[in-house]
Amino acid sequence: MQYAGAPCLSGRVLNPVCLAIPVRVTALLEQGWAEADIGGVMSRVCTALLDAVAVGDYLIVHAGFAITRLDVAEAELTLALFAEITAHYEGAGVALHPRLS
Amino acid sequence: MRYIRGFRDGGAAAALAQRIAAAADRTREYHLMEFCGGHTHAIFRYGVQNLLPRNVRLVHGPGCPVCVLATPRLDAAIALVQRSDVTLLSYGDMLRVPASKRRSLLKARAQGADVRMVYSALETLEVAAANPGRQIIFFAIGFETTTPATAHLIMEAARLGLTNLTVYCNHVVTPAAIQSILDAPGTRQWDSVRIDGFIGPSHVSAVIGSRPYEAFASSHAKPVVIAGFEPLDVMQAVDMLVRQLNEGRAEVENQFTRGVTRDGNRTAQALMAEVFELRPVFEWRGLGLLAEGGVCIKPKYAAFDAERRFAIATGAVRENAACQCPSIIRGVKKPEDCTIFGTLCTPRNPIGSCMVSAEGVCAAYYKYGRRTLPAGGAAVRA
Repeated sequence: MQYAGAPCLSGRVLNPVCLAIPVRVTALLEQGWAEADIGGVMSRVCTALLDAVAVGDYLIVHAGFAITRLDVAEAELTLALFAEITAHYEGAGVALHPRLS
Repeated sequence: MRYIRGFRDGGAAAALAQRIAAAADRTREYHLMEFCGGHTHAIFRYGVQNLLPRNVRLVHGPGCPVCVLATPRLDAAIALVQRSDVTLLSYGDMLRVPASKRRSLLKARAQGADVRMVYSALETLEVAAANPGRQIIFFAIGFETTTPATAHLIMEAARLGLTNLTVYCNHVVTPAAIQSILDAPGTRQWDSVRIDGFIGPSHVSAVIGSRPYEAFASSHAKPVVIAGFEPLDVMQAVDMLVRQLNEGRAEVENQFTRGVTRDGNRTAQALMAEVFELRPVFEWRGLGLLAEGGVCIKPKYAAFDAERRFAIATGAVRENAACQCPSIIRGVKKPEDCTIFGTLCTPRNPIGSCMVSAEGVCAAYYKYGRRTLPAGGAAVRA
């Protein structure tokens, strides 16, 4: 497989040092490598820092290394909290932030 | 992807802004430092500051990996690549950082030196294996996010028996830096910066966990909320910090529960402990000498330590006198306070390190900020 290098987002190369985003594992490769879908770009990710990575896992990748697994249940809880806060303010009929409206 | 888009939703941002505005006490100020450059970038890119009440200020911290590298150490790397048998590899941003006398690794490459850009530290292995006759040096920089990668590189080099690969280690340690910003005598000298609480780094914390922040949160009575890198993450963290300050609490809280646990990544921590040890002191650009501010390679792996293999001299350097990066890194000054910001110093032609990386404060101001040019007075939308 072609090594994809720095992941691209909206056509720009991301800063390779720090701005990591979650990726989804699409296949396991030899020697602790995994193939991952990074916003539509396939790339190789080293999974040496994690145990038992499986296809379908979401990983947070930083400079080519998966540093942690994204906890999907926790992510859903946070999103549900955002939805609840949004519904609360919409339901109360409060105008949006003055500088937004 | 749901786990990116979901954390950038405009409606939720408006609701969170309402919630923060309702919670913030109008009779007091909230000065919150985001340590990490990833947050700085998100705050500017999504205009988070403009969604907050005027008395909730975000102070930009030193957490940009290329901004804090001391110039003498970069000068040493440039000196190394003058040797005809040396190939030096590093992360992309590092190549553009200005050293003393307006040199940079990129300019050294233009003059014929073998300097290469890598995305992952492991690419160094392939280069070393393919060029047995050359000295391959990995110029390692960054916080605890890239340190495990370098540790893995050294372990792999040892396993493969590569003798031409060394690492010039410049990894820095996050809790030490936050500690030093808070500690005397530093804060007394820098008393023009006021910090009420911290937005803690997300990916550094994914590796080291939330536990290391607990000591100084209680000893200095400053709340810390570890936050993810998306705009809604930052806003929720601000909300949590405002509430802690209102209630007089100073605890470590975790907003980034989807990536950070209290213990962090134990495999990565074990790997770092195997290869690296704390330096007694390490120089940071802008912060000076920090006790236990960086790591070096353990004697056990001395064969892979560029500082042991090559004579690396680091002397005093003269910085550009007009550049305000050291004060900007500490949050004392803003880019607008710098006379060369946006005029002499631009992302295409950076003079200070803060203008180089997307995570640097000056680069973020230049790219996303609204500012007024000092000379003509014309407002410019970057």
